Amino acid sequence: MVSAEPLVLIVDDETPIRRFLRASLAGEGCRVAEAATAAEALEKVASLRPDVVVLDLGLPDRDGSEVIREVREWSQVPIVVLSVRDRENDKVAALEAGADDYLTKPFGVGELMARLRVALRHGSAAGGGAEEPVFASGDLRVDLTRRQVFVGARELRLTPIEYKLLAVLVKNAGKVLTHRQLLHQVWGPEYGDENHYVRVYVAQLRHKIEEDPARPRYLRTEPGVGYRLVSE
Amino acid sequence: MSEPRRPDPDELLARVQEEETRKTQGRLKVFFGAAPGVGKTYTMLAAARALRADGVDVAVGWVETHGRRETEALLEGLEILPRRQLSYRGTRLEEFDLDLALERRPTLVVVDELAHTNAPGSRHAKRFRDVEELLRAGIDVYTTLNVQHLESLNDVVAQITGVTVRETVPDAVLDRATEIELVDLPAEELRKRLAEGKVYVPEMAGRAAESFFREGNLIALRELALRRTAERVDAQMQRYRHEHAVRATWPTAERVLVCVGPSPYAIRLVRAARRMAARLQAEWVAVYVETPSHLHLADADREQLERTMRLADQLGAETARLTGGDDVEEILAYARRRNVTKLVVGKPAEPRWRTLLHGSFVERLVRGSGDVDVFVISGKPEDDVAREPVAGRTHSRWPAYGSAGLAVALCTLLAALLAERLALANIIMVYLLGVLVVALRAGRGPAVLSSVLSVAAFDFFFVPPRYTFAVGDTQYVLTFAVMLAVALVISNLAARVRDQAEAARAQERRTAALYAVSRACASAGETYEVVRVAGRHLAEVFEGQVAILLPHRDGRLKVAFSADAAFALDPKELSVAQWCLDHAQPAGLGTATLPGSAALYLPLLVARGAVGVVGISRGRAALDSERVHLLEAFASQIALAVERTNLAAQAQVALLLAETERTRSALLASVSHDLRTPLAAIAGAASTLLRDSGSLPPETRRELVQSINDQAGRLNRFIGNLLDMTRLEAGAINIRKDWQPVEEVIGAALGQLEGRLAGREIRTRLPDSLPLVPLDTTLVGQALVNVLENALKYTPPATPIEISARVEGTWLIVEVGDRGPGLAAGEELRVFEKFYRHASEDGQPGAGLGLAIAKAVAAAHGGRITAANRPGGGAVFSLALPLGGPPPELPAEARRDATIT
Repeated sequence: MVSAEPLVLIVDDETPIRRFLRASLAGEGCRVAEAATAAEALEKVASLRPDVVVLDLGLPDRDGSEVIREVREWSQVPIVVLSVRDRENDKVAALEAGADDYLTKPFGVGELMARLRVALRHGSAAGGGAEEPVFASGDLRVDLTRRQVFVGARELRLTPIEYKLLAVLVKNAGKVLTHRQLLHQVWGPEYGDENHYVRVYVAQLRHKIEEDPARPRYLRTEPGVGYRLVSE
Repeated sequence: MSEPRRPDPDELLARVQEEETRKTQGRLKVFFGAAPGVGKTYTMLAAARALRADGVDVAVGWVETHGRRETEALLEGLEILPRRQLSYRGTRLEEFDLDLALERRPTLVVVDELAHTNAPGSRHAKRFRDVEELLRAGIDVYTTLNVQHLESLNDVVAQITGVTVRETVPDAVLDRATEIELVDLPAEELRKRLAEGKVYVPEMAGRAAESFFREGNLIALRELALRRTAERVDAQMQRYRHEHAVRATWPTAERVLVCVGPSPYAIRLVRAARRMAARLQAEWVAVYVETPSHLHLADADREQLERTMRLADQLGAETARLTGGDDVEEILAYARRRNVTKLVVGKPAEPRWRTLLHGSFVERLVRGSGDVDVFVISGKPEDDVAREPVAGRTHSRWPAYGSAGLAVALCTLLAALLAERLALANIIMVYLLGVLVVALRAGRGPAVLSSVLSVAAFDFFFVPPRYTFAVGDTQYVLTFAVMLAVALVISNLAARVRDQAEAARAQERRTAALYAVSRACASAGETYEVVRVAGRHLAEVFEGQVAILLPHRDGRLKVAFSADAAFALDPKELSVAQWCLDHAQPAGLGTATLPGSAALYLPLLVARGAVGVVGISRGRAALDSERVHLLEAFASQIALAVERTNLAAQAQVALLLAETERTRSALLASVSHDLRTPLAAIAGAASTLLRDSGSLPPETRRELVQSINDQAGRLNRFIGNLLDMTRLEAGAINIRKDWQPVEEVIGAALGQLEGRLAGREIRTRLPDSLPLVPLDTTLVGQALVNVLENALKYTPPATPIEISARVEGTWLIVEVGDRGPGLAAGEELRVFEKFYRHASEDGQPGAGLGLAIAKAVAAAHGGRITAANRPGGGAVFSLALPLGGPPPELPAEARRDATIT
């Protein structure tokens, strides 16, 4: 259940960023707590139990992925990381350490709120909420219980791997998934570097679900990071 | 005609240069004496003490007091440098420590016994070389020398005293001394001191010493020493006159020429010539004529000749080698060419028959000499005992002699077949033809043999009574004599022609090698090429191990070329080469410096110093001076080529720097414009909003906020480009290639531009069969974004943008086409230059970096990007990336549908 006024913990060492986030999040109806260092962040996650954490990866005292890994040992609180362009490796590391999503600086408030909403929804789902059995986004409709996929009224025929891939994406709709995460969940944990498997099947899937596979509407590429199934 | 002769300008220039070097070099003072025991060391130390008292920084490098108390007393209070300890074959030896003295750098160093020979393992073989190095380092030196150690007087002293002294000092060292102080003691007093045991005589034992110190000897030695000093004073006087332009008698230019040969007694000739030249203050030249017979010289003779030429060189002579068939003619021609006034030759021990046949060498020389004076110096016959017998050479020539016998047998056979039809006189012709062939093919010796055999065979087989050596008619004896004489003359002439041809060929080979090197060097563009080409030629011509070493940036030598030169890897050898480079002088095997090395090192000299070193080794054998001269010629060619390529490389670096400088200023101009413009807009809008007290209409406020947002986006893109460019150029980006579907990369790029593509018609044409391509998705994505942005910026909003991809051979081609105004002529390449902007740019943002980044990305992938105008209007940018072989396989999946139908 998303509380009426979710508590957002902002972790960033830059005062101007914290000031801007505090103002805009308050304007969107959130309560805001702040931390400037990793140590302070860990302490506040434990004591304040926020509904979502916005974590800057460039903290002065500790590496962002490490902080995430430590939090994940005792908390499933959704974490959205902030990073700059050209640090794709950091983003992938943070996501694989357990972060829920990422945002590239500079970003707009609209983008931030969209990410936070997805994170909050998944957070509450993980906290016991039942999963929707039918996913719908635009013309795309996936019925997980009956293993059926429709675009508009047309039903699609998918191979087992295509379907499994789509199912994993549907369960994480709105969230970014790295190549490795997809590989592990679809092919199994013994796979690690065969990122091109994912790419080839994503391409196949696009040809089936997208109107123009070169300008995908549902299955979007996050360059250098992974894929995201858009939930509308 | 009474006009005074003025000093020649060249001479003045030379003197000025000499004075310059005198200023930077140390001053040498020699305490010169007639014999041991005259008190040189004592006088020298007294002088050093006097300087010390005046506050001059004096250090004693080496003094031998031989336990004399009054000398030792003088050493008190003077700084004495520790001696270098070394061990040689188990004995501990002490030597003057040159490095210590150089490091200590006093104003004056006292070094006794200039003629001393250093222990093996020292840097220089002779102490006077140590002293020369001190002088070059700008340190003054006091030293002592006895007259019998002077090179040019060495033999005279030996004649007078009967004692040969081995340790000698070249006269040039004494001539270079700034000051000579004669320490003189009358003979009687010296003998008295000797009797009192005050003289230490190291080199001679009892009786020899006694004979050396005979009064008559001492008087003669004293005279020699006085005369040598007087000669020098005379030279100083001349110098003074020159300097002060005193009108006086200028000596006519005399030039002495000494002819030397391979005889050991040629050394006497050289010394005599040097004395004569010194007295006349004349230049002198030592000349050797290389006749064809030089080719047959025994190795020992060759070496003797080299020793003689080296000595002449050391004594200050110019040396020359002439080649030609007739030594007398060559010498006379050379003498006339060089305006020689006096000729010095030896009295040769020629065989009498030869003198009768050719005329004596000296006689012919005198006859042809004209107004040149000829001095004939006699040699002691026992000097020749040292000559080693010619050996070994005949050994390998047995087949040649065999062929002589064979030729005569063939001639006999031929003559026997024709005997019926030929007169006896014509049979002789057959034999003479045989002799001629043998002479041309096998040389002189076999030809002589065949001459004798021919006469014998002719007698035996053809002259009646046949098959005996007996002769019926005595007039045949005359026939035999003439036949033999003719055969011998033919042999001699033919053999000489052959030898001359051989000498010419050898000379030609050397010239050709030198020419080949200079041509190869001239065409080589880079230093390493010069070194490689030259090194290969050297190894070929000298048939030895060759290494060329060039200094690294820190001045240490590094091997740049090596033809199996194992010695170049030895650190000891490297230090010899380094010395050669630092001092710009030859070192190593066969030189006076570090002769214990495995190789000879010659500096590659150019005007500003040594640019490298060439090292050459032919086992343990030293190179003869002819080869050394050739090597020097090679070295100077290589040096010039190395210097040329070095300078070219420097010019290239300078050009690059200028290019970088230009790019940097373009960057600065662009950065200041592209950063400040959006910043100004943001700051302006923000300050307007801040000052607003509610009077601004809501639309205006919204416009201002929109402007802040847009400009921030523009700033972000520009900084992103700038960072990309910098990192690509610095090579800081790791290309992370992964097998990618092209469609995805294009899709991602379009996704990034989503907001700005609104309303544009985008047509994509991607065949389903496109393979996976290895590429860095972020970089190629960025390149595509930049190309698309470019199209968006420069084409009208109503026109479409087309994206297509296809495979061509081993390339993937991605094309972005537009229907805009297209490219102006010549823009196809310039659009990819950094900071290049379209000429008609009307306030479009962007720093002209986007396409440059796309180009860098393509290059980083081993591909390329080009721009062209399309048929039907507009421009097309095509990015070509290598396919990189077959894509990886995917595990087969059962084509079974997973979804329930």
